[in-house]
Amino acid sequence: MAEVTYRDAVAMAIAQEMRRDPNVVFLGEDIAAAGGVFKATVGLLDEFGPLRVRDTPISEQAILGAAMGAAMTGLRPIAEIMFSDFLAVCWDLVANEIAKTRYMTNGQVNMPLVIRTANGGGLRFGAQHSQAVENWAMMIPGLKIAAPSNSADVVSMLAASIRDNDPVMFFESKSLYPVKSEVPDGELISEIGKASVLREGTDTTIVALASMVPRAQQAADLLQTVHGINAEVIDLRWLVPLDVTTVANSVAKTGHLFTVEENPRLCGWGAEVVSIVAEECFMDLDGPPTRITTPHIPLPAADALEDATLPSVQRIVDEVLKVLK
Amino acid sequence: MATPSKETRLDLYRMMVRMRKFEKKAYDLFLQNLVKGTSHLSLGQEAIAAAFGVVRKKGDLTFATYRGHAHTLATGAPMGPVLAELLGRSNGLMAGKGGSMHLTSVEHGMLGSYAIIGAHLTIANGAAWQAQYKETKQVTVCFFGDGTTNIGAFHEALTFASVWNLPVVFVCENNLYMEYTPISAVTPVKNPAADRASAYGMKSILVDGNDADAMHDVANAAFERARDGGGPSIIEALTYRHGGHSRADPAKYRPQDEVDEWLGRDPIPTYRKRLISDGVKDAVLDVIDNEADVEVEAATQFAVAGSTPTPDLIYKDVWADGGWSWRK
Repeated sequence: MAEVTYRDAVAMAIAQEMRRDPNVVFLGEDIAAAGGVFKATVGLLDEFGPLRVRDTPISEQAILGAAMGAAMTGLRPIAEIMFSDFLAVCWDLVANEIAKTRYMTNGQVNMPLVIRTANGGGLRFGAQHSQAVENWAMMIPGLKIAAPSNSADVVSMLAASIRDNDPVMFFESKSLYPVKSEVPDGELISEIGKASVLREGTDTTIVALASMVPRAQQAADLLQTVHGINAEVIDLRWLVPLDVTTVANSVAKTGHLFTVEENPRLCGWGAEVVSIVAEECFMDLDGPPTRITTPHIPLPAADALEDATLPSVQRIVDEVLKVLK
Repeated sequence: MATPSKETRLDLYRMMVRMRKFEKKAYDLFLQNLVKGTSHLSLGQEAIAAAFGVVRKKGDLTFATYRGHAHTLATGAPMGPVLAELLGRSNGLMAGKGGSMHLTSVEHGMLGSYAIIGAHLTIANGAAWQAQYKETKQVTVCFFGDGTTNIGAFHEALTFASVWNLPVVFVCENNLYMEYTPISAVTPVKNPAADRASAYGMKSILVDGNDADAMHDVANAAFERARDGGGPSIIEALTYRHGGHSRADPAKYRPQDEVDEWLGRDPIPTYRKRLISDGVKDAVLDVIDNEADVEVEAATQFAVAGSTPTPDLIYKDVWADGGWSWRK
């Protein structure tokens, strides 16, 4: 067991998989010699060499196209898109090509690739380098979607994504890169699509993802110590496959549901979770399922404005109290 | 230019004739409302795909556009399933899930026909990267139209291929029209691919795409170069489609004298004439023509006899496990 930053966990996971499988290759902008703009891939070039860890031009379409063609022919590429906002310039590859080719070819083509990308706010970069865009990907059939909240999950979920034979969009929260947490020793791999109950509780269910998970945990602590409300916190971890069972079991116990997401309001993943619970767990509910989101606005840059925009610990507490008190 | 061997020239002729007769049949079946959706025919452009079909070796990889029937046949994919896919039948190449614009046959190295302009140039790079990384000596060929040279993915793909020195051959089939608009009206250079090659550190190659021998020559050179580690090439082949852009297009925007001139340069009768003047017997070519007729007729019987795909197919193969589930 070691304390590892979320950023170092990325390189740990890639190294773990590259050591066991020579078909794993890695490409992206500034990922090799520079070790990544977030320093999440330091050391990989030294260990695995320039044939497997390869810098590219600033050409996101070329990056994802190369990953796709390599995956179709037997490699297991990991492609980095430096900021998730840049997915917009290569969305054809994501939405039309990578996601659909297995289906359109009646299963002739395998697509074992991972698209890693730095997602979300917290670094005061403004509306084109800070968006949380995992909901963009959730709408496309054929993509699996991962968004880890801690270092151990970065390693085990990224390893699982690399070994999977389907394309995985791997959203790393850039605000979490410097955060340290414990990573068990030995090879780590986790089950794809499995949510994690981080805190057991009886009074309400709070479902969060990625950077919102630590905030949900802090809110749960406050709810307990200040207000005597015993909240269960679920780290959703994957949007596709979506762990409906874990959420439904929790709501059956607590009778309440809150989702905490960094996405702007409309069509965020919380809307899907709430609609499923409304349809399938209606009789378990003792109050309205409630979404806690970023308002439906582009994210502003200034620290004061960004902090006031993203869901805060206090907002989570307040929203829960509105329903439960 | 090196003239190909007699054997190779007969192969070229055979492949072109098979493509021509296939495309004509596809058009007939469309008129009978048996081919649904859209289709983009290669009538008039056969020499280009045929040349690469003859040059390619087993294991080589092909990427084409939505105008990809001929390129699919060039890989050796059987006619029956290709035609059945156009008809949306369960015995189609992809059981009806892809259609005319997405013909794919992995076992023949046909890694797909792509319907979004430019995307597959970047994907072809990935297949070539695999060959380079694993030292398989495979060559990847990627066909596209003149219109593709104006989309961003073209620039990204060529830059990338050159910087990574990938074993890939890019082939621009310049049929003079992007869709309905003359390519010259929307392109700042005369030769949309050849004039831009130098920007990617590649040689400018402009060839008569209606001349099977000339096509074979440049195709062969580019494949050898790629196979020997010499890196990517881009070839611009001048050609002309006999029909419209797609089945919906009567192509009224093209001046009649231009159409007549190009019909006079039809790659198949021109080549036939040349072979005969070089000593090939009419009867030899007639046999090839007849064999193609028989093959197309058998493919038609096969396709028309195919059953309608059953709805359970809808839920197959979203994922590697064969299913479609998005929840646990």
